[in-house]
Amino acid sequence: MNTTGERQPLPLEVEQLTKVFKVKRAPRLRAGWRRPRRVRAALAGVSFQVHPGEIYGVLGANGSGKSTLVRILSTLLLPDEGSVRVFGYDAVKQAASVRPLLNRVSVDPSFFKPMSAMENLLFFGRIYGLSGPDVRRASAAILARLGLDGEHAREPMLHLSRGQQQKVAVARAFLSAPRLLLLDEPTTGLDPRSKREVQSFVSEARRDRGVTILLTTHDMSEAEQLCDRVGFLSAGKLVAEGTPLELRKLVAAGRPLEEVGMEDVFIELTGRSIEEDEEEEEAG
Amino acid sequence: MAVTELQLPRQPRRVALGWAFFERQTNLWKRFWAWEVVWLLYGLVNTLSITFIANEAAKSGAVSRAEQPRLTMFLLIGTLVWAYLSAVLDDMSLTIMWERWEGTIEHTLMSPVPRVVHLVGMSVFGVLHAFVRTSLVLACSLPFFHLELAGANWGAVAVVVIVGSASLVGLGILAAILPMLYPERGEQMSFMVQALVLLVSGVYYSVNVLPGWLQVASYVSPATYLLRGIRDALLNHAGFGAEAGLIGILAIFGAALVPLSLIAFGFAERWAKKTGRLKRQG
Repeated sequence: MNTTGERQPLPLEVEQLTKVFKVKRAPRLRAGWRRPRRVRAALAGVSFQVHPGEIYGVLGANGSGKSTLVRILSTLLLPDEGSVRVFGYDAVKQAASVRPLLNRVSVDPSFFKPMSAMENLLFFGRIYGLSGPDVRRASAAILARLGLDGEHAREPMLHLSRGQQQKVAVARAFLSAPRLLLLDEPTTGLDPRSKREVQSFVSEARRDRGVTILLTTHDMSEAEQLCDRVGFLSAGKLVAEGTPLELRKLVAAGRPLEEVGMEDVFIELTGRSIEEDEEEEEAG
Repeated sequence: MAVTELQLPRQPRRVALGWAFFERQTNLWKRFWAWEVVWLLYGLVNTLSITFIANEAAKSGAVSRAEQPRLTMFLLIGTLVWAYLSAVLDDMSLTIMWERWEGTIEHTLMSPVPRVVHLVGMSVFGVLHAFVRTSLVLACSLPFFHLELAGANWGAVAVVVIVGSASLVGLGILAAILPMLYPERGEQMSFMVQALVLLVSGVYYSVNVLPGWLQVASYVSPATYLLRGIRDALLNHAGFGAEAGLIGILAIFGAALVPLSLIAFGFAERWAKKTGRLKRQG
């Protein structure tokens, strides 16, 4: 609240968010031309809030609805029901106002692969209104902090490793100085060193720039290390929410806290392990 | 309790945002310069092989020697305009398809760039790229033929091409919709639409030779008027007065197609966001 008694809008307010997909089944001869569809609820009434400067973790297995959630927040997917407000702006009705305020790192570093890292960053910086010299200066600083030098920046993205590409994706997201950053499994598939570099850069960015972060992951130790609060997403529903310590206490049931990991919390609160959720998704 | 509204960053200048797309396309083009050479050679060979039909027609007596230069010019204009038009459409649809395959379309569409700036920025590159490539094919083709260009109205040609290009921008944006929704099938459908335009627009023949029902289709293709305008100015030495009607029709096409294509793209984008079609494929 400010001095005039007015409440500052929260970085993120999600209310009763629901998204259902119609999934085509494999064609069968007897079904004729029309391929039968099944309905899958990717998100079923998800609600939560993220406070200024907070790192909020959304934990769940593959297929639990994490990426759907991030896509809706990024204005790339329209929800069927519910609402999303980013700093008070409605992400559906006021998408144009929301877009300059956020940026995203996806699990898959999508780039124009034949172009160099710097050419890609130039494009993605310019579409957020940055000038060429500003992009070059900021990119060089962020890439250097992530352990990539000028040589890497001039290489076509095709020649960079998966970890290096993901670091360029992190640089792309930070270039526009977003107020809200959506990190969708940013460290999945990275080697331990790259993972550590990205994680420490994220912590540093929150500390130095005050950026609010929503982090989705299925890495329990990453969530515990980085997040102020976490929410467990299972089959499209937010089944629990709290600080890592609160959640561990919740399921400790007399056991010493150091014996209770986030994986145990997940199993206790969702009734299944993260691997079970992943296997079910693959089978489905 | 009142909630204060967050101050939004100042909206950057649209020209600067549009430049991002032009620069990106230029950078991509630089990486694929070898393909550019291939397409240039292909375009040249295609132009020569079609235009030499005029020589064959004169030699076999199908047309008189006196009519040969006119037929040569007629075919040359057809191949060049078709090369120009298909290059613009290909540029737009291939870029969107590429963005779908690479997954960058999500980052482009979630950025604060207004859609009109995004699509017009891409189109401007497409038009200039096609123009440069077609001009090079023309320059390389000229030594192969004896063309009577005295009296040709180049000013009228320029106006017809500039005004006609606006409608090509509209067609290009429409061509980009299908690959956005269906990356692979969309490109296939885009080629089929191009093939239809080739058939009905009188690229290598006058539209009068088409069956009646196909002639009706030729009226709704801006390429028909683009070709007619250029041929009139070069073959019949038509001036601005004589070309005014065709230029007017092309202007109407441009004025209608650009906003219509932007509206159609907006609907398609909304549908893609409703059904989750923007997710990376490939």
